[in-house]
Amino acid sequence: MSPLLEMRDITKTFPGVKALDHVNLEVSKGEIHAVVGENGAGKSTLMKVLSGVYPHGQYEGEIIYDGQPARFRDIRDSEDHGIIIIHQELALVPQLSIAENIFLGNERAKHGIINWHETNRRTEDLLAKVGLAEAPTTKVDGIGVGKQQLVEIAKALSKDVKLLILDEPTAALQENDSRKLLDLMLELKTQGVTSIIISHKLGEVRYVADTVTVIRDGSTVSKLNAKTGFSEDDIVRDMVGRDMTHRFPQHKRSPGKMMLEVENWNVWHPEHTERQVIKNAAFNVRAGEVVGIAGLMGSGRTELAMSIFGQSYGRRISGSVKLDGTAIDVSTVDRAIAAGISYVTEDRKSLGLVLDETIQFNTTLANLEAVSSGSILKKNEETKVAEKYREALAIRTPSVFQKTVNLSGGNQQKVVLAKWLFTEPEVLILDEPTRGIDVGAKYEIYTIINELADQGKAVVMISSEMPELLGMCDRIYVMNEGVLVGELSAAEASQERIMSLIVNE
Amino acid sequence: MNVANSEPTASATADTKSIRHYLSANLRQYGLLLALIAVMVFFQIVTDGTLLRAINVTNLLLQNSYIIIMALGMLIVIVAGHIDLSVGSVMGFVGALAAVLIVNYDINIYLAAAICLATGAAIGAAQGYWVAYWRIPSFIVTLAGMLVFRGLSLWLLEGQSVGPFPREFQIIATGFLPDIFPAGIGTSLAAFFDVRQINTLAVASGVVAAALIVWMGVRTRALNQSYGMNEEPQSIFVARTFIVAAALVFVTYKLAQFRGLPNVLLTMGVLTVIYAFLTQSTVIGRRIYALGGNVKAAKLSGIKTERLTFLAFMNMGFLAAAAGLVFAARLNTATPKAGFALELDVIAAVFIGGASMSGGVGTIIGAVVGAFLMGVLNNGMSIMGIGIDFQQMIKGLVLLAAVIFDVYNKNKQG
Ligand SMILES: Nc1ncnc2c1ncn2[C@@H]1O[C@H](COP(=O)(O)OP(=O)(O)OP(=O)(O)O)[C@@H](O)[C@H]1O
Ligand SMILES: [Mg+2]
Repeated sequence: MSPLLEMRDITKTFPGVKALDHVNLEVSKGEIHAVVGENGAGKSTLMKVLSGVYPHGQYEGEIIYDGQPARFRDIRDSEDHGIIIIHQELALVPQLSIAENIFLGNERAKHGIINWHETNRRTEDLLAKVGLAEAPTTKVDGIGVGKQQLVEIAKALSKDVKLLILDEPTAALQENDSRKLLDLMLELKTQGVTSIIISHKLGEVRYVADTVTVIRDGSTVSKLNAKTGFSEDDIVRDMVGRDMTHRFPQHKRSPGKMMLEVENWNVWHPEHTERQVIKNAAFNVRAGEVVGIAGLMGSGRTELAMSIFGQSYGRRISGSVKLDGTAIDVSTVDRAIAAGISYVTEDRKSLGLVLDETIQFNTTLANLEAVSSGSILKKNEETKVAEKYREALAIRTPSVFQKTVNLSGGNQQKVVLAKWLFTEPEVLILDEPTRGIDVGAKYEIYTIINELADQGKAVVMISSEMPELLGMCDRIYVMNEGVLVGELSAAEASQERIMSLIVNE
Repeated sequence: MNVANSEPTASATADTKSIRHYLSANLRQYGLLLALIAVMVFFQIVTDGTLLRAINVTNLLLQNSYIIIMALGMLIVIVAGHIDLSVGSVMGFVGALAAVLIVNYDINIYLAAAICLATGAAIGAAQGYWVAYWRIPSFIVTLAGMLVFRGLSLWLLEGQSVGPFPREFQIIATGFLPDIFPAGIGTSLAAFFDVRQINTLAVASGVVAAALIVWMGVRTRALNQSYGMNEEPQSIFVARTFIVAAALVFVTYKLAQFRGLPNVLLTMGVLTVIYAFLTQSTVIGRRIYALGGNVKAAKLSGIKTERLTFLAFMNMGFLAAAAGLVFAARLNTATPKAGFALELDVIAAVFIGGASMSGGVGTIIGAVVGAFLMGVLNNGMSIMGIGIDFQQMIKGLVLLAAVIFDVYNKNKQG
C-alpha cells in the first residue's frame, strides 16, 4: 500500500532537551499504526509536530502527506488536511452538551445563527457511528471518561477525517470501554480511515495495530509488522532496549501487624446530598501488605480513598479509621498526613501537580517541614531531596529545576509519586499509580511498592488494570456501587472471580 | 530524549549562543531591568538631567513609597490567585482615621498609628474572610470594599480636609535619617567629589548594601554551582550584579547630596527585604505560590488554603494602612479623595513586574521594579510638562505592552 504519511528525520529540541532526534515514521493508507516507546521517548511531541501544534519552522525535517510536502502552520491547517488529533488530555468543555462540543468551532449555522435541528440530527448520526447511546443534548460532564473519549472521536469524524491520531486514548478507560474503542478503530479502518495510536497497553497494540513503530530516546529504533508477526515481548525489548522476562518483580511478602483499619465508612455525595456514595465500607491493611481495590469506573474507589484522606471528598462522612490499633483523626488533609496516610491522586494534572512549578517544588510540597528549619526553607536540602527521588524513580529530565508542565505524562506521574514518598507515610494509598506509564517504568514503580512493603508500610492500590492488581496484591477487595462486595486472597483471585463479584451484586 | 550537553564549551560561538539562549529564556526578568534603565536614560536626556538631580531622586522615592508598600501586599494577593481593588480606598480611609484621631481628638501619634495599622489589618481580615471561607470572588468583595471605604472616609472627614498633623507625625514620611558619622568625613568627601555636601551615612549604607548584594550573589551562585544548577552564564551574572550594585551606590550617592536617607526609604527597604525573603525562602511563601498555582493540588498536599488566603488579605490591609499613614503624613492633611484610583497603579506595578493574572507567578523584586518603572514614567512625564491626559494613556499602554510581552514570551517557549 502507498504511504499516506512520511515523516523524515524529524528533530525537535526544547531548551536543554532534544525530544526528537531524526525520527522517521511511515504510515500506509488505511492502516492502524501504533507508536510506542517509554515515557518521554517523544511520542506526543512527534504527534504535535505532525498536527501543527509545533508549526513548520519549529522543528527540522520533512513531512510528506498524501504525496505532498506538508508545512502546517497550526492545528487548524492540519485539520483542513484531514489530520485530527485527540490529545492525551481530553479537550471537551464539560458544561456544554455533546452536540455543542462536537460542533464547537465548526457550528452548523447560517449567518451566525445556529441551526439546532441540523446540529442535533448530525450529532445523532455521528453518535450512532461511534456506538454511543446518549442524547445529543446531554451535558458532557454527566457522562463517564469512556464515553467522553467516544465523543472526541465523533467530533473527529464530523470533520472529514483522513488521519486520526489518538494519544493514549485508553489510559483512563476500563477494559470493556477500551475494547469498544478499539473495535471502533477497526470499524473505521474498514471505512478507509487511517489511524495512529499511542499506547502503553501493549495488549491493545497487538490487538489493533497493523504496524508498530518503536521510539526510544527520541529516535526510531524499529518497525514491526503484523503480517510478519510480533509479540508483546518483541515490543518491550525494543522499547527498553533489553529483554524483560517478568512484568512484575518476583517478590515474597510477609505481612505483619494490622496497620490500617477502616470501619463503618459512610459518605454522601457533596452536591446531591441525598445520594450515598460509600455504604458501610470496611477494610484493613497490614504492615508490609499490598492490598488492591478493584472495581469499575465510578464504583466509588477514588471517593473512598479521598474521603479517608482528610475528607477531601464528600459530606456527612462517618466511620472510624484506626492506625496501628488507635483511632486517628483524618478530618483534614494535614491531619491525615501527620497521622501517616498519603494519597497519590489518579488525576496528576489537576490534583497532583503545580504544573508551572519545578520538579523540586512539587517534590517537597507536601512535606516542607522536613526541608526547613523554623519555617525557613533550606533550598539546598530541597535540591538534595529532589535529586534523590529523581534518581530513585528514574525521572527523565535534564534537571530537577525543570517545570513539571514540560515533562512527559509518565514522568509527571513519577513526580507525584515522589512527593508522597517524601512524606514517609505509614499507609500509602495509590490511585491508578501506573496510568499512562510505560512497561519499564511500571516495573520500577512495582519495585518501589515492594520496597515500601518490605519497610513495613501498608500499601493500598486502586487500579483499573486487573493484571496489575493480580500481579502485585496480597489481597484484593472488590467494590461495586459504593459497596465493598467481596475480598479475595491472592491465591483465589482471578479476573473472572473479580468480574463475577462485580456482576453478581 | 537527550539531555543537551551542559558542559562549558570552549568555542566562543557556542558561548554567545548559550548566552543568547539564556537571555531569551529569561527575557522577562532582564527585560524589566533593561526597560527601567532605558526609561531612566530617556528621561534623563529629555529632561536635561533633571530626572537624576539629587532633589528629584529623593522626591521620586518619596512619591512612590506608598505605592511600593502596597505593591508588596498586592503581589502576595495576586500570586495567591486573587485581587484587591479596595487598597486605594482603605489607604484613604486609614489616613482619614489618623487625621481624626490625631488632629481632632489629640490622641498620641504612636497610639493612633497603632490603631490605624490594626484597623487596616482588621479591614483586610474582614474582606479576606468572605473570600477565603465563603468563596466569594475577591473581585466582588473588594469592589464592595472599595465603595464602602471610600464612603466611610467621606463620612469620617465630613467631606472636609483635616490637617495639619503635628511635626512628629510628618517626620514619618518627610523626615531623613540623621547622619551618624562625624561631620568632618562628610565635608572632606564633599570636597573630594567636588559637590556641595555629602551625607556619609547615605553613601556608606549604599556601599554596604551593594557589597551585600555582590556577596550574596556570589555565594548563591557558588552554592548553585555545587548543586549543578548553574544556569546563568558568568558574563550575565557579572553584568547584572554590577548594574544593580552600581545603581544602588549611584542612588544613595545622589541622596547623599541632598538631605540623606529618607525615613520612608528605610521603611520601604526593610519591608521589601522582609517580603522578598518571606515569599522566596519560607514555608508560608512557598505555600502561597502552590495555592495560586493549583489550589486543588495544594489542598491535597495538606496546605490550609483558606487560612493562607485570609492571611494574604489581612496582610494587604495592614500594608494599605501603613501606606495610608505615609501618604497622610506626606500631604500633611487627610482629604476625602486621598488614594483615589491608586489601586490601579498598585495592580499595574505588580503586573508590569511579571505577575500572572491566574496566580502562582510573580516576585516581590519584580513588583518593586514595576512600581519604580511606573514612578519614573510619572515623574519624568511631569517634569517634561506632559498633561495628565497623555500620562494616563502612556501608562495604560506600558501596562498592556508588558503583559503582551509576557504572553508572547510564554507562547514562544511553548
Ligand atoms: N514544552 C516542552 N519543554 C521542554 N521539554 C519538553 C516539552 N515538551 C516535551 N518535552 C520533553 O520532551 C521529551 C518527550 O516528551 P513527550 O511528551 O513527547 O513524551 P512521550 O513519549 O509522549 O511520553 P509519555 O508516554 O510519558 O506521554 C520529554 O523528555 C519531555 O520532558
Ligand atoms: Mg505522551
